[in-house]
Amino acid sequence: MAAALARRNHVWVGTETGILKGVDLQRKHAANFTTTGKPQREAAVSALCWGAGGETHILVGCMDRTVRCFSTEEGAFQGQRRCPGGEGAFRGLAQAGGMLITCVDSGVLRVWCGDDKEAPSDPLLELRVGPGVCRMRQDPARPHVVATGGKENALKVWDLQGSKEPLFRAKNVRNDWLDLRVPIWDQDIHFIPGSQKLITCTGYHQVRVYDPASPQRRPVLETTYGEYPLTAMSLTPGGNSIIVGNTHGQLAEIDFRQGRLLGCLKGLAGSVRGLQCHPSKPLLASCGLDRVLRIHRIRNPRGLEHKVYLKSRLNCLLLSGRENWEDELEEPQKPSEEPPEDSDVDELWASLEAAANGKLPRSDQTLRAPGAQKRNKCPRAGGLCVPSPQ
Amino acid sequence: MAKATVKSGGSGKKSLKRKAAMPEPQEAAVAGDGATEGGVQPPKATAFPPGFSISEIKNKQRRHLMFTRWKQQQRKEKLTAKKKLKKEREALGDKAPPKPVPKTIDNQRVYDETTVDPNDEERTVRLCQQLSTVIPNSHVYYRRGLALKKIIPQCISRDFTDLIVINEDRKTPNGLILSHLPNGPTAHFKMSSVRLRKEIKRRGKDPTEHVPEIILNNFTTRLGHSIGRMFASLFPHNPQFIGRQVATFHNQRDYIFFRFHRYIFKSEKKVGIQELGPRFTLKLRSLQKGTFDSKYGEYEWVHKPREMDTSRRKFHL
Repeated sequence: MAAALARRNHVWVGTETGILKGVDLQRKHAANFTTTGKPQREAAVSALCWGAGGETHILVGCMDRTVRCFSTEEGAFQGQRRCPGGEGAFRGLAQAGGMLITCVDSGVLRVWCGDDKEAPSDPLLELRVGPGVCRMRQDPARPHVVATGGKENALKVWDLQGSKEPLFRAKNVRNDWLDLRVPIWDQDIHFIPGSQKLITCTGYHQVRVYDPASPQRRPVLETTYGEYPLTAMSLTPGGNSIIVGNTHGQLAEIDFRQGRLLGCLKGLAGSVRGLQCHPSKPLLASCGLDRVLRIHRIRNPRGLEHKVYLKSRLNCLLLSGRENWEDELEEPQKPSEEPPEDSDVDELWASLEAAANGKLPRSDQTLRAPGAQKRNKCPRAGGLCVPSPQ
Repeated sequence: MAKATVKSGGSGKKSLKRKAAMPEPQEAAVAGDGATEGGVQPPKATAFPPGFSISEIKNKQRRHLMFTRWKQQQRKEKLTAKKKLKKEREALGDKAPPKPVPKTIDNQRVYDETTVDPNDEERTVRLCQQLSTVIPNSHVYYRRGLALKKIIPQCISRDFTDLIVINEDRKTPNGLILSHLPNGPTAHFKMSSVRLRKEIKRRGKDPTEHVPEIILNNFTTRLGHSIGRMFASLFPHNPQFIGRQVATFHNQRDYIFFRFHRYIFKSEKKVGIQELGPRFTLKLRSLQKGTFDSKYGEYEWVHKPREMDTSRRKFHL
């Protein structure tokens, strides 16, 4: 039962207490999954990503430098592996062709062999991307390409199969109007599908678009939003805009082709920690420090769809990208229910026919006509609600 | 109606009449008026019937007349009284009662609560000092415009557990920032209704050095619990209560009321309380996750007036 429920969950959220919560929006039900059964602050979840093979496995990166594998089919944690090296929490977790890519706060990016049973301290590849990393993101189109960026750590795009030098290293913008250097703080990075471009949002409330294909290493487009650091970002389906969230709980949709603000979403009271849009439906899942998971509808009309209070502070989330959110799993259960009913009904007939040949069959006949559809509802009829015979 | 017979008896024309008896002396009064227009009236003691006032006379000139006469009479009485008092005073010498202070409008001024005593310090400073007597093991420092971000590492290095900053606007305190120091949450409150010890009516004596008990009322939501715990962490926990002082933080409709009392059990069930110490009201504006960092800090909860105050029945604490 837990397995069936786990499969159905639409959103998976990682919390600061180390619990992975699966939320089923159809049933408005949230379930907790832990390895030990007790919440621990040392195992706070800092990164989540889908495992290999569709959306059947989730890789959970915890603060104690372990990556746990959770199976949605079975609804339980299956294994874990330690990924030592560097200091700080996981800032990025990705899966590429059976290999696990991790990046920590101090800038150590390692590629591990995907097998759990391997000795833990054997990275296949190690890169130093610079200290103060805030995000590492994998290109969904090219799984061996990752981008990293952070505080005073400029945006760099790395090819894990290529050389140790980055493919693209961004240059800082020009000095501002007081001739002071503009500080760098890249908080979130996304690859724009369909091209080589990247978008970043910074802690100095800027949104920038970079194009590695052009000779210009400076950002192609830059806009600002609000006065507070932008902490999370997500691409919308449709491809022209992004949604950003800041530390005050403000969510905004910004068109990155023109650089203008399209609209805002209300509701969050705390800092936004995780944002993800559904790949085809206009839905956005957001979680933050105010301990509530919210699902907004981005367009027609823009507003809040669901709101679920989860008792711990939420760090990151994963939205299931599957198309049908309704309960598709109820039908397989129905045929399994019917055979037992059939056998009950047969026994009932047998008992009735054997009992009397006089009055009872006639009363059966009169009751038989309207009762054609009543078989499922009265399995244990006392003779009154008589199902239609075969 | 009774004719107002005058004491001296000779002023039939000058006597005041009721309206019913008006027409009869009117001619006499007119004649009298005509005679006395130019000259000064001889002051004659006139007695009025009880319940009569000069303002009831409809005739303006006569009314004025009566008024001036009444005034003169009053002045004369006052003069005689003064003389008499002076004589008495001289007679008594040192034992005379003190001179009464004359009533002026300035003296009769309605007592205004916020009048600042000239030898009183600023209210914020006084509030800080009184708060430091309420909270045990606390010290008061002047800020002198130092940046909070620089103060905080110094506090941590000196092993302080909490930092409270009281913000003022035109000499009245209006904001309070409570920061739990080793990278704990920081709460920013709006403060209102501040009453210092002097302004509290029927108060007891100053609080002693005993550690007060704490009462936290009505902090129900998760956010409320966090704030309640932050307040409780200001005071040491000791299940054996010594001293009979209690500090209360009562949350009602998102306003937190702070009171400081001393209690005494008169019998099994009856308690008497005296209010000591300052009292104020706080309203939470924001709760930050780390120590104070208004620009780059991450907020756990921010009060957004236009979004959150839409329903009169929805409270957050």
